[in-house]
Amino acid sequence: MGMRTTSKSILGRTVYHVLVFGFGIVMVYPLLWMILSSFKPTNTIFTTASQLIPSTWTLENYANGWKGFASVKFSRFFLNSLLISVLATLGTVASSSIVAYGFARLKFKGRGLLFSAMLVTMMLPAQVLMIPQYIWYKKLGWVGSYAALIVPYWFAIQGFFVYLMTNFINGIPKDLDEAAKIDGCSTYGIFYWVILPLIVPALITGGIFSFIWRWDDFLSALLYVSKTEMYPVSLALKLFSDPSSSSDYGAMFAMSTLSILPVVLIFITLQKYLVEGIATTGLKG
Amino acid sequence: MAQTGVVKPKRTLAEKLNEEHIAGMICTAPFTIGFLLFMIVPMLISAYYAFCDFDILSPAVWTGLANFKTMFSEAKFWKSLGVTFYFAFVSVPLRLVFALIVALILLRTTKITALYRAVYYLPSIIGGSVAVAILWKRMFGNDGTVNVLLRMLGFEGKIKWFGQPGTAMWTLIILAVWQFGSSMLIFLSALKQIPASLYEAGEIDGANKVQQFFRITLPLLTPTIFFNLVMQMINGFLAFTQCYIITQGKPMNSTLFYTVYMYQQSFEFYKAGYGAALAWVMLVVIAMFTGLLFATKRFWVYEDKR
Repeated sequence: MGMRTTSKSILGRTVYHVLVFGFGIVMVYPLLWMILSSFKPTNTIFTTASQLIPSTWTLENYANGWKGFASVKFSRFFLNSLLISVLATLGTVASSSIVAYGFARLKFKGRGLLFSAMLVTMMLPAQVLMIPQYIWYKKLGWVGSYAALIVPYWFAIQGFFVYLMTNFINGIPKDLDEAAKIDGCSTYGIFYWVILPLIVPALITGGIFSFIWRWDDFLSALLYVSKTEMYPVSLALKLFSDPSSSSDYGAMFAMSTLSILPVVLIFITLQKYLVEGIATTGLKG
Repeated sequence: MAQTGVVKPKRTLAEKLNEEHIAGMICTAPFTIGFLLFMIVPMLISAYYAFCDFDILSPAVWTGLANFKTMFSEAKFWKSLGVTFYFAFVSVPLRLVFALIVALILLRTTKITALYRAVYYLPSIIGGSVAVAILWKRMFGNDGTVNVLLRMLGFEGKIKWFGQPGTAMWTLIILAVWQFGSSMLIFLSALKQIPASLYEAGEIDGANKVQQFFRITLPLLTPTIFFNLVMQMINGFLAFTQCYIITQGKPMNSTLFYTVYMYQQSFEFYKAGYGAALAWVMLVVIAMFTGLLFATKRFWVYEDKR
């Protein structure tokens, strides 16, 4: 009897792991195909689509892709993306944290209304505002510059981040604020000296999400950036993939692989923060 | 000047700014300004242009309800609305069901399940990128991996994934479902919050695993399911990048998402007034739909009344 149950559970566990592992392979297969194809000679990518591992490895695609197009190198596109993502993320984290402090700790007139407005922004994705904002930013003279891609983020316009940080601050005992107040700390001093050091994990979580979203952002670049030398990676890749401008699939896969590299690195090193962010903002309405 | 007799300590500006109700307004000022300047103002301006013939470059001409009349008589508008609803209604529930099943399978925490979770979560993190959209286009191409692998499994003939309305839409749905990882993580943390004592009590009452799932697990998950259903449906309605890059609405407008339609009208045909009208209609549709979902809430979402 005992023998049977153990052999049964071993069998069950094997089946479990085979299934879960096999499914995992299916999940990452597209990515593996992209990454490994980028090391194949470009004319063999589709003729050898059935085999994952290249029979001859080459770095030629990376060299060709890096040359970019219209005499702008791909390094330029990466620097552009980095500049936009970092500035927008700094703005998001800075503005969202102070706003969250206001919502979580301070009582003032209109707080309820403002908080509801913040929740509405969470449910109002950028695409609905695409045309209205374009018309408005055109009037402000922002079309053709990075302003539309950076400035709004310094005003805590993404409810997700405010919500994330408000929740986090709510979890900090108020005694700490009181103690600091007795010691003569001002309302702003409490934010800076007491709250800010304690919400570092939330700042990191928010920072990571913001960076990834800005890095991947395609729509606003498509709308507001027109000069090739100002293109971020997302827009450059799109142009790269257009049949009219290139049929070098190897170079396209190589640059695609490089473009997801920063996000994958963040994912590998800072996964813990991502998981926490998702768990705390996705649970309640 | 006439000073009051009582000596009242005069409050300095710094002290005033430090008062809670003032400080509260100052701290939240970035959001107040941003909300007004980058959301309310554009929406109001576009509310005006929705009633105009406007190509962004030349002055707008008031045309009353003309944009809306065109819209409602335009087959493409109804088509894109239908396509968008179909996409949201198929991909979001499918993704949530998938996420829940996988979350249940990976609930036990061991070193190896942590690795699996990471692997399953990865597509959610990079799925929105242009790189993945390009990859998808090539993967489902006539000579792409999908057809090649299908042939290895014994399926004859090449499927033209982007050549037929039905299959073109499914490439986008598969891409959306592939990104079930973040929903899975949400379910995992919700599952961990269900007290073990409930299951113990269920076991004493003789409930088997299936009964436990339907009587304990599922009801307690309904708030999480509801919240994610609402948020993801809204995002599903507004998918843009993937459709714009992979199918561009083809073939025969069978994958013409509403946002892509809106983009084409505004920036390829320079009908920004019409685009503004489209944006407002979408806003109303989303608001109505969200309201409807909330109205069903009390019938199936468990509320903790303690």
